[in-house]
Amino acid sequence: MTAAAGTVQGSAPGRTGGTVARVVRRNAWTFGLAALLLVLFLVTRAIKPTYGAAELRSLAIGALPIAFAAVGQAIVVISGGIDLSIGSLLALTNVTAAALMAGGSEESAVPVVLFVLFLGLFLGAVNGLLVVASRVPDIIVTLALSFVWAGAALLVLKSPGGGTAQWLKGLIDGTIGSEWIPEALVLLVVSVALVWLPLRRSRLGLSMYAVGSDRLAAFRSGVAVAPTKVAAYAVTGLFAAMGGLSLSMSTGIGTPVPGPYTLLSVAAIVLGGVSLVGGRGGLLGPILAVFVLALIRADLTFLNVDPNFTTVVQGVIMVVVVMVGAFATLRRRTA
Amino acid sequence: MLLIAVLWIVEPGLRNPIWASGVIRFAVPLAILAACQTLTMLTGGIDLSVAAVASMAAYIMATQTPAQGPVVAVALGLAATALAGLVNGIGVGVFRVHPLIMTLGMSLIVLGLMTVYQLQMVTSGSIIPESVAWLGGGTSFGFFTNSLLVFVPLAALIVFSLRRVGFGRLLYAVGDNEIAARLSGVRVWQVLVTLYVISGLLAGLAGIIYGAVTRTASVTLVERFLLPSVAAAVIGGTSIFGGRGGYSGTIVGALILTVLTSLLTVLQMPEPVRQILFGAIILVVAAAYTRITDES
Repeated sequence: MTAAAGTVQGSAPGRTGGTVARVVRRNAWTFGLAALLLVLFLVTRAIKPTYGAAELRSLAIGALPIAFAAVGQAIVVISGGIDLSIGSLLALTNVTAAALMAGGSEESAVPVVLFVLFLGLFLGAVNGLLVVASRVPDIIVTLALSFVWAGAALLVLKSPGGGTAQWLKGLIDGTIGSEWIPEALVLLVVSVALVWLPLRRSRLGLSMYAVGSDRLAAFRSGVAVAPTKVAAYAVTGLFAAMGGLSLSMSTGIGTPVPGPYTLLSVAAIVLGGVSLVGGRGGLLGPILAVFVLALIRADLTFLNVDPNFTTVVQGVIMVVVVMVGAFATLRRRTA
Repeated sequence: MLLIAVLWIVEPGLRNPIWASGVIRFAVPLAILAACQTLTMLTGGIDLSVAAVASMAAYIMATQTPAQGPVVAVALGLAATALAGLVNGIGVGVFRVHPLIMTLGMSLIVLGLMTVYQLQMVTSGSIIPESVAWLGGGTSFGFFTNSLLVFVPLAALIVFSLRRVGFGRLLYAVGDNEIAARLSGVRVWQVLVTLYVISGLLAGLAGIIYGAVTRTASVTLVERFLLPSVAAAVIGGTSIFGGRGGYSGTIVGALILTVLTSLLTVLQMPEPVRQILFGAIILVVAAAYTRITDES
C-alpha cells in the first residue's frame, strides 16, 4: 500500500529513495538473469566451440518476435492486466503486412509499415476498451478476443503467403559495427527504447505502475484508471505489431495461424521478474529471459536432445525459476 | 441463470433427439473439464494443464489397452493424471507458485513427456476399449447418452460437496480470504494439494470420455477444449478471483458453448467467421453475466 502511494507521488518508479528495497530486488533479478545468460553462452561455447557471431545473429533473428511479444506482455502485466490475445495479434498484423506488401514496390512498403503499427495500436486499444467497458476479468476478455483476432487473420490470408519488401528483410539480416552486434538486436533495443523510455518517464508510465500496483489506491490518488488501462493495452498492441512485422522480416511471408507467442511471452515475463499481480518489473528482464530461453533451446539442439524434451525443459525452467523467486521473496519478508 | 436457460432453449432451430444426444455427448467432457476450472477458480486459482492432462489420460489408456487390458489401462491413465495434479498442488500449495504459471508449466511438461512417450509407443498401436467406448460415446434407445451415467452422479456429487461437505466449503473459504481461512485453522496447503489432485483426476476422466466420443487418441486430443473450459466456468458465474460461483452454472455454461459450436457448424460458417463469432459471443455472454450479477 505504501509502496503504491510512493510510486504515485514519487518522480519515477524505481528511482525514489522510498523504494530502495524494490530497486535492489528488481535489479538483483535482472543481474542474475544477465549472469545466467553469460553462463549459458559460455556453456554453449563449450558444447559447440564453433558457436560464434553467425549463430548469434540467427539467434537474435529467431528471438526477435518473441522478444517483442514479451515486451508487450510485460507492459500490460505491469499495469495489472494480461493479454492472452498477443499471439493472435502478432498473426493478424503479420498477415496484414504481408498481404499489403505482396507485389508492391519497395517504397510502398513504408506506409504499409506505418499502417500496420497503427493497426496494432488500434487493436490493442480495442482490447483495452473492451476490458474496461465489459468489466469482465482481463484474462477472459483477451482469451475471447484471441479467437476473434485469429479468425480475422484467417480472413486476411487463408494460407501462408504474401510478400515483404527487401529493405525490411535487410533490416535484421546483417550486423552493425562489430560482427558481434546483430542488426536484429539493435532494432529491438532501438524500438523498445524509443517507445518505453519516454513512456516510463511520463505521467502515463507512472500511472501504469500505480494502477498495476493497487488499482484502488491509484484511483483515490487521482489516477484515471480506465484510460491508463486502455493506453497500456494499446502500447502492447503496438509491440505486437512490431512482433508481427519482425515475423514478416524473418520469414518474408505472412502466416495466419498464431504461433506459440502468447505462451512464450508469459513465460518470458515471469522469468524476467515481472510480477503477474502487476506493478512490478521492467522490460530488460523479460528481454534477457527471451534470450535465455532461446539459448537453452539452441543448446538442447546441439546436445542432440530429443526436441520434444525441449518442451519439458522449458516447462520445468519456468516453474523452478518462479519457485526460486517465491522463496527469495518469502525469506526477505520473514527476515 | 434462468435467462441463460431460456436463451439456450430458444436458440437452436433444430431440436431432435439425435442432435440433442450429439450435443450432450460433446458437452459432457467439456463440463467435466470446466469442473476443474470451477473448483480451482473458487480458490482463486486456475488449471491450465487440464487439456494436456486429459489428452495424456486418453493416450495412455489407448496405448496400454493392447498390452494390459482395459481396466489396468484406465487405472494407469488416471494414476498419471493424479500424479500431474499432485505436482501442480505441491507447486501451488507448498511452494506458492502462481497457479497460472504452475499449470501452464505443467501442461508444457506433460505435453513434452507425452510426445516422447508417443515415439516409443508407435509400435504398440492404440485401441479404445469397447466398454469405455460404450460408456463414453455410446447411446442407448437411440437418444440416451451413456456418458450421462457417469456425469449425472459426478455432477450431483460436486454440487452437493460444494454446498454441504466441509471440503467444498473450505474451497470457498480459501478463495474468499486465504488469511482468514488460515487463521481459523484451515491447513491451506493441504486443501490446495487435494484440490489439484482432484482437478487432475477429473481432467483424466474427461479425457477418457472424450477419447471414447471421438474414438481416437493423440497427445493433443483435448487441446481445443482448454479455452472453452475456462469460458464455461466464467459464463456459469464463477469468479476468477475466487470465493464466488458454483458448479450448476458451469454445466449450463458448457451446454451453451457446445450448442453454440454445433450451431455454428450447422450453419456452415467458414472457419474464420466461426472463430470470430465464438470469441465475440463468449465475450458478450460473460459481460452480460457480469452486469447481471453486479446489479443484483
